[in-house]
Amino acid sequence: MATLAPTLRKPSLTGFVLPLTALAGALLGYLVGNAKGNALLGIVGGAVFAGVLAFVLVSFVPQRRMGRLIGAVATGIAGALIAGVAGLVFGAILGLVLSWIAYWLASGDYRASVPVYATPREVLWANTFRFICGVIFFFLIAPILVVIPLSFNAENFFTFTPKMLALDPEGYSLKHYRDFFTNTDWTGAFYNSLRIAPVATLLSVSFGTLAAIGLSQSHVPFRRAIMAILISPMIVPLIISAAGMYFFYARMGLQGTYWGVVLAHAALGIPFVIITVTATLVGFDRSLTRAAANMGAGPVTTFFRVQMPLILPGVISGALFAFITSFDEVVVVLFVGSAQQKTLPWQMFIGLREQISPTILAVATVLVAFSVVLLVTLELLRRRSERLRGMSPS
Amino acid sequence: MSDITQDGPMLAADGTPLKKSLARALRRQKIRALMLIAPLLIFVLVTFIAPIADMLFRSVENQIVRDTLPRTVVALKDWNPDGEEIPGEAVFQALNLDFQIAAEEKNHTKLGSRLNYESPGISSVFRSTGRGADKIGKDAEKTFTGIDPRWKDPAIWAGIFASPEAETALPRSARAYEAFAKSVRAEGKKEVAKAKLWPVVFSALLDDLTLAQPDAAAVAALPAPGPELVNAALAAGLQPIDAKQAFLEINDGWSKLDLWQTISAYSPPYTAGYFLNAADFEQTSHGIEARPPSERIYLKLFWRTLWMSMTITACCILLGYPVAWLLANLRASTANVLMILVLLPFWTSLLVRTSAWKVLLQQQGVINDLLVWMGLVSDGNRLVMINNQFGTIIAMTHILLPFMILPLYSVMKTVPPSYVRAAKSLGATPWTAFWRVYFPQSIPGIGAGSILCFILAIGYYITPELVGGTEGVFISRYIAYHISTSLNWGLAAALGTILLAAVLLLYYVYDKIVGIDNVKLG
Repeated sequence: MATLAPTLRKPSLTGFVLPLTALAGALLGYLVGNAKGNALLGIVGGAVFAGVLAFVLVSFVPQRRMGRLIGAVATGIAGALIAGVAGLVFGAILGLVLSWIAYWLASGDYRASVPVYATPREVLWANTFRFICGVIFFFLIAPILVVIPLSFNAENFFTFTPKMLALDPEGYSLKHYRDFFTNTDWTGAFYNSLRIAPVATLLSVSFGTLAAIGLSQSHVPFRRAIMAILISPMIVPLIISAAGMYFFYARMGLQGTYWGVVLAHAALGIPFVIITVTATLVGFDRSLTRAAANMGAGPVTTFFRVQMPLILPGVISGALFAFITSFDEVVVVLFVGSAQQKTLPWQMFIGLREQISPTILAVATVLVAFSVVLLVTLELLRRRSERLRGMSPS
Repeated sequence: MSDITQDGPMLAADGTPLKKSLARALRRQKIRALMLIAPLLIFVLVTFIAPIADMLFRSVENQIVRDTLPRTVVALKDWNPDGEEIPGEAVFQALNLDFQIAAEEKNHTKLGSRLNYESPGISSVFRSTGRGADKIGKDAEKTFTGIDPRWKDPAIWAGIFASPEAETALPRSARAYEAFAKSVRAEGKKEVAKAKLWPVVFSALLDDLTLAQPDAAAVAALPAPGPELVNAALAAGLQPIDAKQAFLEINDGWSKLDLWQTISAYSPPYTAGYFLNAADFEQTSHGIEARPPSERIYLKLFWRTLWMSMTITACCILLGYPVAWLLANLRASTANVLMILVLLPFWTSLLVRTSAWKVLLQQQGVINDLLVWMGLVSDGNRLVMINNQFGTIIAMTHILLPFMILPLYSVMKTVPPSYVRAAKSLGATPWTAFWRVYFPQSIPGIGAGSILCFILAIGYYITPELVGGTEGVFISRYIAYHISTSLNWGLAAALGTILLAAVLLLYYVYDKIVGIDNVKLG
């Protein structure tokens, strides 16, 4: 890119960078102005402010980091004049955005994703496309992130209070977390979840791993049919599994018992174990077990000393899938379980349906943290597995 | 070692022909593989497949009429349900015994509620008859104790019906008494010979002695004081019970032709009735008819489930395609970071995401607050975005989007970028290059993702239940409703079976297109 740069015309400051930055400023100004009751003043003020900021930064501050800091401070002060402490924080954020836009436009970085020969229309399209993708990513992640600040709400509301928006410490509290850790409804449900999920996971992993090893042998009669049966708990809608299990377990006297729920959850977790473990076994070098057998190891020793350590990452990630399936499951436990087996998701379901308390948001935040940990663990396992199998991690 | 120059089949080390030896080794390998699979297969068959099979069975099973009213069902075979008249005395005599036994066993209300699904009003007839039916038996009891007070003694009954002759001499009484004895034993509180007799056994005895002349030889063979008591009763000139009259007095409902037609129509042990109900049809005496338009709910719901699932799938394609393309065409390091944004929702609890949408979409929620703050919507006109179809569609799209992006991404990863470059160098515009070269190669990913999303969507229960209100619920809500609230399990099973059939069909298609072995996670 560096060698090609000289051939490119530098974007014009007054004809390109300033108008576009001013446009962005006008848009942001419109929103702020509208909220304060004067949209026109907002548009004009925003445009002028952004234009001046961009001109100053691009012309006199070549170091970007420094320039962004200046932009943030300047806009922050402007925000503080309008709306106090909260204005300072949000203003600083807007300032960062505006100065980033100014440098992005002025340095020609906006063309970085397209070939040098691209026409302006192609550049526009490429950036619009990226913007659309950004909006979709925002759609994916924002609902999860929005829950986190709301869980610190000092009021029993499901929305941001004016105090929270003003960043007033009094608007925030840990009371919903306190409720989660002290209310017997929630602690009992949490305890039940922790009592059910590990046992169900253990069942599905131990049976599942054995079967996956069996399925990965070279000659398995009825392989397709067996696979279809073993995967079916994942495909059949949960409500149907729940209905069938309710009828059948009621006949067997398992409905409303701890073991009924454990067996049901184990069955639901099995497909995930099968899929992950068979995927790991695809890359397994069969000559290793033969070598072990050749040196006098029995099948059991071979399994635990040679095969197991190599497929362990796959087994663990299968176990995590099975665990989260059970831990997060609500439909089946609603039917197969009774009040004594009330799990965390069940309690959340009740809370959401009857709108009792924002403690749900605190629970949700805890669970989001939990899934981040899970995600990181899985990624590490995947890399380890690929390293063990001699592939380079991508 | 076998000699190479030797004639005949090649031999293995132990002297058996090589072919046989190999076949044996292969067989052993197959058996070992199956042994490894067997525990899990049995586990899944018992904990998962058997429940599904049980559900399929329940959707057609209809033993309850036959089990509760066995004699009535047999007697009804001679009755013409298409005629204008209700059944005659013989049917009512059978009903008298059946109903009194059922009322003692408290089964009559179950049957009443079962038949009430088919023809509303039956349940109340059954309940009120259940309260009054034992009066017929009590009258019979008075008649017998008037002739000889020893009839009241349970020990005498126990003595008489312990003998095998009782079955031939007094068949109806024997069966009624057996039901009584079984119930007492099941309760386990008292001995059969001491427990208070059910009035129905006197009804049955009266029927035995009046409807037909009992076999004299068999009566004589009864243990004492059986023959003496029976002969004394016969000599007293007993009047048969007018069962029809008695039942009509207890409840007028028994004179309705409609009730008898329903019992008759549902007396076979298997029925298509639940499926007909699930498709908004009903079984009448004139054959199968569509329900009146005001009672048609399920077809509408199936249709709504279908089109909303399609809309959700379409939204997922629309939002998932650009993202998957971006992920597949970015540098690996950047793509991995962005992948987290897809995987985090995937790994986050379903209820967390549903509650997040509830928080966002409420009228006093975050999005409405933001719109009001920005002045785009006035405070009085907050948008209604939850408890309707919009809420369901947007929340479900968010929940299922990762299931679309991941298969799309894995397919797009395999599309070589050189094809599009070649197309462009041959003069194609960017759009043509995309539409004619890139897009066709990504279709398998769209197919896999769509089927996955669609299968998941049509069976969803939790999210539509929480954010869908009444307009945005799926058929799953009614399955749950019939299991836990209306207790019409047969209908729930039939609705579930129809849904299952749709899913299995799609599963089959998925298996053909993608292959179930190729499912990847994360």
